[in-house]
Amino acid sequence: MKERLVQLEVLRYNPDTDTDAYFQHYEVVCQEEWVVLDALNKIKETIDPTLNYRWSCHMAVCGSCGMMINGDPKLSCHTFLRDYEGVIRVEPLTHFPVERDLVTAPDDFIEKLTRVKPYLIPKKPKPISEGEYRQTPAQLKRYHQFTLCINCMLCYAACPEYGLTPKFIGPAAISLAHRYNQDSRDGGRDERQEIIASKEGVWECTFVGACSEVCPAHVDPASALQQVKIASSIDWFKEHLLPGGGK
Amino acid sequence: METISTDVVIIGAGGAGLRTAIALAETDPKLRIALISKVYPMRSHTCAAEGGAAGVIKPDDSFDMHFDDTVGGGDWLSDQDCVEYFIREAPRELLQLEHWGCPWNREADGSVAVRPFGGMQKKRTWFAADKSGFHILHTLFQTSLQFPSIIRFDEYYALDLLVDDGRCQGVTAMEMRSGQLRQFHAKAVIIAGGGAGRMFPFSTNGAIKTGDGMAMAYRAGAPLKDMEFVQYHPTGLPNTGSLLTEACRGEGGILVNKNGRRYLQDYGMGPETPVGKPQLKTMELGPRDRVSQAYWHELQKGNTVSTQWGECVMLDMRHLGEKKINERLPLVRELAASYLGVDIVKDPVPIRPVVHYMMGGISTNTQAATPLPGLFAAGECACVSLNGANRLGSNSLVELLVFGRRAALSALEHIQGLPATNTAALNARAEATQLRIRELFSRTDGTESMSGLRKEMMDTMEKNAGIYRTEEGLREGVAKIDELRERYQRVILTDKTNVFNTDLFQMLELGSMLDCATAVTVGALARKESRGAHQRLDYPERDDKNYLRHTMVYHQGQDAPRVDYLDVVITKSPPGVRDYSGDHK
Repeated sequence: MKERLVQLEVLRYNPDTDTDAYFQHYEVVCQEEWVVLDALNKIKETIDPTLNYRWSCHMAVCGSCGMMINGDPKLSCHTFLRDYEGVIRVEPLTHFPVERDLVTAPDDFIEKLTRVKPYLIPKKPKPISEGEYRQTPAQLKRYHQFTLCINCMLCYAACPEYGLTPKFIGPAAISLAHRYNQDSRDGGRDERQEIIASKEGVWECTFVGACSEVCPAHVDPASALQQVKIASSIDWFKEHLLPGGGK
Repeated sequence: METISTDVVIIGAGGAGLRTAIALAETDPKLRIALISKVYPMRSHTCAAEGGAAGVIKPDDSFDMHFDDTVGGGDWLSDQDCVEYFIREAPRELLQLEHWGCPWNREADGSVAVRPFGGMQKKRTWFAADKSGFHILHTLFQTSLQFPSIIRFDEYYALDLLVDDGRCQGVTAMEMRSGQLRQFHAKAVIIAGGGAGRMFPFSTNGAIKTGDGMAMAYRAGAPLKDMEFVQYHPTGLPNTGSLLTEACRGEGGILVNKNGRRYLQDYGMGPETPVGKPQLKTMELGPRDRVSQAYWHELQKGNTVSTQWGECVMLDMRHLGEKKINERLPLVRELAASYLGVDIVKDPVPIRPVVHYMMGGISTNTQAATPLPGLFAAGECACVSLNGANRLGSNSLVELLVFGRRAALSALEHIQGLPATNTAALNARAEATQLRIRELFSRTDGTESMSGLRKEMMDTMEKNAGIYRTEEGLREGVAKIDELRERYQRVILTDKTNVFNTDLFQMLELGSMLDCATAVTVGALARKESRGAHQRLDYPERDDKNYLRHTMVYHQGQDAPRVDYLDVVITKSPPGVRDYSGDHK
């Protein structure tokens, strides 16, 4: 199997011992077909056990290993060495506080995700004994793409608006709220709308579209935000221009 | 050390832990529930399950058929009272997930769709494309967010159970972000910590699957049951070990050797079925143990394909066509393309068997209770004896739902009218954890490298406790794991700082895996028969006279563990012949 010497420049920071972050240079022999995560694992096993990062599934589904690779938010388990030449720069996911080395604190995302009520609020509740809610393949298709979010937070790292306005609820959380709004079984749109159609919600988005470019699960959060904006505008017109608020 | 007082502690926030937490919160909203996990819930390995979840829902299916498939699939090592409970609860749990929003695939009329799966005589596997586990996990996680009584302790690494007065009453854990130790006091503890596949070098399991929950229970005195039964999934990517779901074959994919022969017909799973028209319970829809074992025989005969990633057989899905592949197997297509450079629409993909699932685990009964009062377990970390000697694909995602909920109900029963905890006694137990961790940090005479030891463990497990086993190999394996446990005492930490110290967590995980590896090898050596996933070249037959019983392994400190046995519960299906030929019925 083809091997090659890979050079990485990895951001290091330990709040216990460091006043400032710094870059550490590593050189490690890797197989040509490896991903960046494989290189980090080999460094940790053979060169430097003190290097810290998160990972688990190695198949781009658990969402643990998001980091900046040559300045782009990426899953390190799905970023191939063959696509890089020269020194590869690896940094923690931007826009999130660093806990240590490549480990960032996702608290803000989790709090926002919780706030948008990303769970089914049934339109017509029924007991389990009455069986499943009927949902045609076409109805499933309306929201399916937005169910694919792996919560990796790459979209938050890519979003210039989130960098400027940390209150912005952000691409993934809004996409997941939209996912339930679009679900034929759900009746919770009004409750979620208070949050995602607010000033901190979709209207912060300037539609740069960076979120969709970096999304490893092809959720296309930008289209979710756009759909929410359109739907919210329709709500506004109904409420303000139609007799009886369009109800 | 800070104490967190709760009613129930759950260790592990994957599918089983989340299902448990929701059941507790729904049943008693006033309950204080602590949900501890070493990762954020959505990182749990449930997310990697692909194919689906089995439950009787269609009119042509029946509980009896699901029962027969599961018991026969498990080579009669399943407890049949457990199987009966499970199959009846399964559809309710899957419907519950549907009511919580799980995006199951649908039929044209809007009802839930089902697909065929290995060893099942009817189509009964509910699925969400090939990301079923992912959707189950996220549906549960998102649903759990509406319950304020579920207090999550994300990225807390659980260390030791607190046992006093013969009852489990809490756990110690380290907050990974700070390195601070905490003790959780509770009236009941539920372990939902997942499997231990990472003790093998080639595994579908994520890095987190290191058997911490199993080892924690084992060290606290609860026995590990049937640990020698390790499932090899027949179709893993040969380089990364990533899972290519059984649904590849359920949808019609075929397995061929280097001569293009569908070799499964040579191992009791024939006759050959028409390409693209899979028949239930035969050929490519045989059970995982048999299909993985067939690979081993092909390897001995020189019928495998030599690739740069080792000896493989080929999984051919080209005849399914691009449309069906994109609709039913999008993740499989993506994985093969990214990691192997193979487009399954155009080419067969090389695969080989890969360690996937632990049938064994913490011994529990049908109520999800362990023999240690106050301690419950559910999911892969538990051995409730549903899966017997070989789990059928798509039973485990349902198992974590059924027994996750059951563990919650049992824990609720248990905590009624319990005497108050003896705080001083628990504090003293927690001190022991503190000393244990302090000793790791203060060790100075260490001579062993952690990654070196871990590699030796993995190589030992693969060489001596793989698909086929022998007396000689297992003796060597037991001795080697014993030696590694002794050398483990001399591993030295390189990183002695507090914040997110993965050097420390990997060392603790290695300790967990060595405990699990002991139970696997000792159990395998003692079981002198071949049954399901446990195959002995020196004892090729199933021996119901001596081994229709569960292996129970008890921790004895640094000494060799004690091995005992427990009879299998048979209610209505006496041990019979597993027939996966096309002539069965």
